[in-house]
Amino acid sequence: MKTFDVEVRVWLKPSVFDPQGHAVEQALHTLGFDGAQNVRIGKYMHLTVTGDTEEEARKSVEQMCERVLSNPVMETYAYELKETVV
Amino acid sequence: MKWAVVVFPGSNCDEDAAQAVRETTGDTVDLVWHDATDLSQYDAIILPGGFSYGDYLRSGAIARFSPAVEAVRREVAEGKLVLGICNGFQVLTESHLLPGALLRNNHLQFRCEMVELIVDNNTSPFTRAYQLGERIQIPIAHGEGRFHADPETVADLRNEGRIAFRYAHSPNGSVADIAGILGQGGNVLGLMPHPERAIFDWMGSVDGRRLFQSMHQYVEEGLAHARANA
Repeated sequence: MKTFDVEVRVWLKPSVFDPQGHAVEQALHTLGFDGAQNVRIGKYMHLTVTGDTEEEARKSVEQMCERVLSNPVMETYAYELKETVV
Repeated sequence: MKWAVVVFPGSNCDEDAAQAVRETTGDTVDLVWHDATDLSQYDAIILPGGFSYGDYLRSGAIARFSPAVEAVRREVAEGKLVLGICNGFQVLTESHLLPGALLRNNHLQFRCEMVELIVDNNTSPFTRAYQLGERIQIPIAHGEGRFHADPETVADLRNEGRIAFRYAHSPNGSVADIAGILGQGGNVLGLMPHPERAIFDWMGSVDGRRLFQSMHQYVEEGLAHARANA
């Protein structure tokens, strides 16, 4: 059994208005960062999973993302997975 | 008829909902803890407002996995009436018992105020005591009430008469000004406004009374019909 380190990012789909991102973008402009655009705010989650193979671990992480960690109606996700070296 | 109000850790409108049912219908109401696995003895179930599981991850996201919500799913299939108010609406969308999702208000503020709603459907078990197009006053109290769904879903809701209530002046940026929607079978209603907070004159409005009375009437007629055929 191997252990994998997983980093999951979840953010609103491009088609969904992100009022937090919008507010932060305004703040950046106020500070003079005129070039800052398309600010989107998301969530970062860190976890470890176990599995016999990397493929199995990936499948399990994808199910977690689809069923719990993100809501596909409004959000999208990405993740990185690395085997932990003991 | 008999009602259940499901109580999650973090629910805070459960007592108000139970009180509203008693005051407007005279029916029996049980407060049922979220670990209940069987709700078949109830004719109507309310998922109340509040912050179930601290709204962790997303509003309603954790409550969705509680045994009571699985039990609710079975009763929905049986045709029982299920009413989700505010956080209860969020739980219903997360559970896919209703389409769409509720997002942060477009101005990021928590809004707690009386709003004007337009009744868009008066044939459902929840809205039959209202007039079509009637304007009613019901308070809201939410920070995440911006209804979102893709354009096809919104078109379906509109064409199938499943938009129950619309805001006269949207307080949150909801698509199509949607305040409350019905499920496919018409026996599930989710809405962000709080009808249980509009049942006495001193509350500023009594327009919420008829929602509970509609449900009561609908169920009692069904029970009478069943008795006549027995």
